[in-house]
Amino acid sequence: MNLISDTPTETGRFGDYGGIFVPEILVPAVEELTAAYREAQQDDAFQAELDGLLRDYVGRPTPLTFANRLTDELGGARIYLKREDLCHTGAHKINNTIGQILLARRMGKTRIIAETGAGQHGVATATVCAKFGLQCIVYMGAEDIERQNLNVLRMRLLGAEVRPATSGSQTLKDATNEAIRDWVTNVNDTFYIIGSVVGPHPYPMLVRDFHRVIGEETRAQLLEHEGRGPDALVACVGGGSNAMGLFYPFLEDEDVAIYGVEAAGEGLDGRHAATLTLGSPGILHGAMSYLLQDEDGQIELAHSVSAGLDYPGVGPEHAYLKDAGRVTYVSATDSEAIEGVKLLSRTEGIIPALETAHAVAFLPELAGRMTADQIIVLNCSGRGDKDMGTISEYV
Amino acid sequence: MASRIETRIRETTTRGEKAMGIFVTSGFPDPAHTVEILQAIDEGGADFIELGMPFSDPLAEGLPIQQSSERALAAGASMRTTLEAARAFRASSTTPLLLMGYLNPVIRFGVSNFFRAAASSGVDGVILPDLPPSERALVAGAAADANIDLVHLIAPNTSDDRIRHVDQVAGGFVYAVSITGLTGTGHGQTDAVNEYLQRARSLVRKNCLLVGFGISSHEDAMRLSEHTDGFIVGSAVIRKIDDLFGSDAVSGTDRAKALTAFVRALKYGKPTQ
Repeated sequence: MNLISDTPTETGRFGDYGGIFVPEILVPAVEELTAAYREAQQDDAFQAELDGLLRDYVGRPTPLTFANRLTDELGGARIYLKREDLCHTGAHKINNTIGQILLARRMGKTRIIAETGAGQHGVATATVCAKFGLQCIVYMGAEDIERQNLNVLRMRLLGAEVRPATSGSQTLKDATNEAIRDWVTNVNDTFYIIGSVVGPHPYPMLVRDFHRVIGEETRAQLLEHEGRGPDALVACVGGGSNAMGLFYPFLEDEDVAIYGVEAAGEGLDGRHAATLTLGSPGILHGAMSYLLQDEDGQIELAHSVSAGLDYPGVGPEHAYLKDAGRVTYVSATDSEAIEGVKLLSRTEGIIPALETAHAVAFLPELAGRMTADQIIVLNCSGRGDKDMGTISEYV
Repeated sequence: MASRIETRIRETTTRGEKAMGIFVTSGFPDPAHTVEILQAIDEGGADFIELGMPFSDPLAEGLPIQQSSERALAAGASMRTTLEAARAFRASSTTPLLLMGYLNPVIRFGVSNFFRAAASSGVDGVILPDLPPSERALVAGAAADANIDLVHLIAPNTSDDRIRHVDQVAGGFVYAVSITGLTGTGHGQTDAVNEYLQRARSLVRKNCLLVGFGISSHEDAMRLSEHTDGFIVGSAVIRKIDDLFGSDAVSGTDRAKALTAFVRALKYGKPTQ
């Protein structure tokens, strides 16, 4: 029997989820990418260059910080923060963009495209394109351009062209549609750097693999701090890349409880983005996974105060882990996330991204029901500077 | 046994004509007009009609079909209205009818249910642009059980081996996408398109071969179908329907006649004045 972490299959399946559901035009492109990635994995020089960039450019390893005041305040398990907010560009996203741009260069692609929601993946892509001197086009929902204008400025300063997606809900889903349309049109010279563990195979696998360094570092660092492993892991889940990065190396550790926190928006009975909690299986953006959809299979609009979680789909591996019962998926509302921002800022001097704040919002409940000799690791996936405009409406 | 789609295409090519497929979005501009539009297209000499199942996120489509899909959904189009339109059309015509659209609404409907309902509504074939042949197992059994042709697409960057494989598994015909691009966009390098269609022609032996994407006139159709059994027009028809049915500017009978004339001209050229 396969281990739960022994996924995906050759055809990109995580159980029933995943796959390659794309127009024929893109099939050679994803097959070429799979082949290039398999080669790169066997190539020591590729791995050495990636490790060097993660150390000297991204700033890895990121610290594992003991959150002593937060631990005291919540009065339960000991809480550690994996500090992805300290990565260059302010979020975990760059672990993946560095990896993918090395693949793009290896494949001789000269033009880079990406989609972005909150702008963090767009910034991380624009950054590595500047570093490697490649043309960069970022698709971003017109509504997100409005609410994340600092990140738009950053991308432009980094030399990227930001193209507004004006169709549909004008958020991440539509930016992804536009990026795929660009890819279909320019497939010969263009590399699509997908920003989460979504899309057709091999993306969910390779994005996870480029982020698994988060969980691997966590394991080693916690061993150093505490002489043992964690009892629980917590991360926010939109597409689910930071969560897969932290969770993946621990999937076989049965005594580690794992929690993914989705965005409940205005509440689960209102507008939300809690795809795993309330969605149903379907196919969007190249893979089978859970989706927010109506009775007729039309994709529904997600809602979250956090642009990075505002997506009606989720990575297929999360769908698989949910059905397998390995990861417990919960949700936090917009206002709980804002309280999460305040809590971490006040107790630890760390202003988290609104995405991360959803995971923080689950801590009081989780820590409270655990004991003082137990350990929680929260993935502090990004910093909150980009969200000051949104947060200012609440504080 | 050859399907109704293949039989009709071969009858047409035997007469020395190119077969013509017409794509139209179900429910555009509103569900009440769909049957009338299908009948007008049939009257114009279409050898088969592809009835588009609207989807919220049609990722291989250019603007005309994207917008037609959005407007159809806003006007209340659904799988139910599409199947009803198919059934009503079938009651008055034997012209082959295909449903074309993205996978998610099909999966939501239930794959087996969908193919059964399509068959009982008189549908002959199904085209799912986000289902590459390598993933066809998801629906192939249900399609075969319902005796519905599953058409597959090839593109300019599809390898020879893959084209041969598509020819082996596809039903109805093989759909050659003329460009690496979206529906409704034009052609750049004519030589490259020509070379690709010649290559496809030499590899597709079992099925008929039809070319689509970027065909908006009789001249386009004749030029691109030189090496194929026929051609498919979509976006240009959508734009015409928008002009004719999108406003009250044209009266009921006139607009159906005008659409019929437009479709006929795609196949035979404009009548001499």
